[in-house]
Amino acid sequence: MKDRIIIRNGFVVDPKSSRQGYFDIIIIDGKICEVIDKNNNINCLSSYDYAQVIDASGLTVIPGLIDVHCHLREPGFEYKEDIFSGSMSAAKGGFTSVACMPNTKPVADNKTVIEYIKNKAKNIGLINVFPIGAISKGLEGLELAEIGELKDAGAVAISDDGSPVSNSSLMKKALLYSSYFDIPVISHCEDLSLAEEGVMNEGKMSAILGLKGIPSAAEEVMVARDIILSEYTNVPVHIAHVSTKLSVELIRKAKHRGVKVTAETCPHYFSITEEACDNFNTNAKVNPPLRTQDDVEAIIEGLADGTIDIIATDHAPHHIDEKNVEFNMALNGISGFETAVGLCITNLIKPKKIDLADLVRKMCVNPARLLKLTNKGCLDVGYDADVTIIDLNAEYKVDSSKFYSKGKNTPFNNYHLYGEVKYTIAGGKIIVDGGNVICSQTNW
Amino acid sequence: MGLKNKNLLGLRNITREEIMSVLETAKVMKKVLESNNKKTPHLQGKSIVTLFYENSTRTRLSFELAAKFMSANASSISASASSVAKGETLIDTGKTIDAMGTDVVIIRHPMSGAPHLLAQNIKACVINAGDGMNEHPTQALLDMYTMWDKKKDLSKLKVAIIGDILHSRVARSNIWGLTKMGADVNVFGPPTLMPKDISDLGVRVCKKITDALEAADVVMGLRIQMERQKKGLFPSVKEYSSYFGINESLLKLAKDDCLLMHPGPVNRGLELTTQVIDCQNSVINEQVTNGVAVRMALLYLLTRREHV
Repeated sequence: MKDRIIIRNGFVVDPKSSRQGYFDIIIIDGKICEVIDKNNNINCLSSYDYAQVIDASGLTVIPGLIDVHCHLREPGFEYKEDIFSGSMSAAKGGFTSVACMPNTKPVADNKTVIEYIKNKAKNIGLINVFPIGAISKGLEGLELAEIGELKDAGAVAISDDGSPVSNSSLMKKALLYSSYFDIPVISHCEDLSLAEEGVMNEGKMSAILGLKGIPSAAEEVMVARDIILSEYTNVPVHIAHVSTKLSVELIRKAKHRGVKVTAETCPHYFSITEEACDNFNTNAKVNPPLRTQDDVEAIIEGLADGTIDIIATDHAPHHIDEKNVEFNMALNGISGFETAVGLCITNLIKPKKIDLADLVRKMCVNPARLLKLTNKGCLDVGYDADVTIIDLNAEYKVDSSKFYSKGKNTPFNNYHLYGEVKYTIAGGKIIVDGGNVICSQTNW
Repeated sequence: MGLKNKNLLGLRNITREEIMSVLETAKVMKKVLESNNKKTPHLQGKSIVTLFYENSTRTRLSFELAAKFMSANASSISASASSVAKGETLIDTGKTIDAMGTDVVIIRHPMSGAPHLLAQNIKACVINAGDGMNEHPTQALLDMYTMWDKKKDLSKLKVAIIGDILHSRVARSNIWGLTKMGADVNVFGPPTLMPKDISDLGVRVCKKITDALEAADVVMGLRIQMERQKKGLFPSVKEYSSYFGINESLLKLAKDDCLLMHPGPVNRGLELTTQVIDCQNSVINEQVTNGVAVRMALLYLLTRREHV
């Protein structure tokens, strides 16, 4: 019976249900059906004889990872990535749900594009894909998009990501208007006039390489603005891809004041610095840019003390011809699905900066809460059977040529990382088995 | 001793020994320049292409003459008049030139890192004739040659570089080269035109022009480009020349036998007054001569490497 799965002998980390230890998990028809405490129960699995058995001995079992920020490039930029290749890549990375940004072509500022994405993902049948709609029509930053329509069509959030909402009045209107529809607003914080023509962080490395720098103030100025607008309107705001020390401090202080601000960061912001741009390495060119060691440490501290709620990938695949050019010309972005878990385990868990339960909060529980995915982010009975199983101790070398993603643009190629995803189960279907993506239905 | 790398992309990673190699070879080459018979056979049979994506009179001519004086086959491509205007990528252009049996490509490009990208993708040797804001190594080498020729010991020199440091590849290359030779490098310019963390490169950032010029052995003015004013980095040409330009009375703060240098072309009355340009401390014209000698030396050392 393919729709029955038993995960045995795994070490379960499920903070939302307050479980951490050895539990067996039984999945039937796409839902978690039973969670058996190994200490209290003798195995009596006779009624589950025909189930698929996953032996998770030595492995860690967590809820399926949820990425609140990625770029799947379809419709319009399928040469970089499409929903199918993106889904495979996400699954390989341990993600069972992803929310994709609206900077597609056409922009996801109407129900047609939202429905297209949802239906495509459904037909592909691998992972859950939740479209994020635009804040402004065409992402032009001038007029509000039809947010009600976007919500009804299935958008889980709105954002102009890729671009900031530069006009503060429009941002205020976006917060107020969206609050009626109870749809989260995700803000890409970048003051374009301060960023000017910068192509990397303004600092020592940009002075050495003779490249125009983006001051950290470009991000911080708008983080401050959005915190203030959120406080003023009493509407929550979620800050995307936080990368600087001062951004973390602003958010920390705002939370102490009771402002309804949440924040995410990405693995590259707690793993590497602007030095990765040396030798004009375009694979390290990303927006916001890689910053300094001080910022890296502040991001990690922000994760540890709860200032930063979520780890997202900002998976941004590009074609090789868009990266294999002069640094100024190269497009911004890191293909991140398939290195996320490795970077988290290697740079957060192994050095004991945060513990596993915290990691699960940042990659499962809090994302589910932000996007109001009520049946996800937890391994308790009745929740959707989205499960990720990781070997924390497996060491491997990153090989971008083997990425499932069409985008091979990563600064982590040839890095040695710990933490390999061995199984990904989405909606009760095993889609990654022994580290390989298996696609049973591909009606795409 | 020669040069270690197949390419000359910048002075950031060059060694003192390599710099001295170039300077000493240039000294020999200068004699050729000053002679009646400006022809040597050292580059006979070599094919040298200058690939300029930016306008330039002096640097391009300097390289072409250097190549021809040494009997090389020299050709030029300027970006506007070629398939680059049709949208051909730098790598494709480079591979095409490579495929025609080229030994040396001399590239000037508006973007930092372009020569590095080119060098990674072609077999020919690449010389950086100026990439964006990054480096202009041959300019710095000729500047250092000029200083070495006149002052002998670079390690004891106080050098003042004045102007738009932020956008200046000449400044950067000079900073790399001079600090490596042990010189005391001081920079000054309007704060909007000073890179935030430039002191990490081993220079002193002076708050006043008088501090920079005080007892300087070398005073180097940098060209200010009009488009920087259009971007609002300084309010007017008048302000710039009043507060950040070098005039005769300021130059008196430097040593009596100081060298007044400028990579050219000079904006008369803007970064340097006419009196300063034409004063007896000025070595601006000698820099040009030294430029040809240094480029001859480089072409010689880089092509000779193949047989090593």
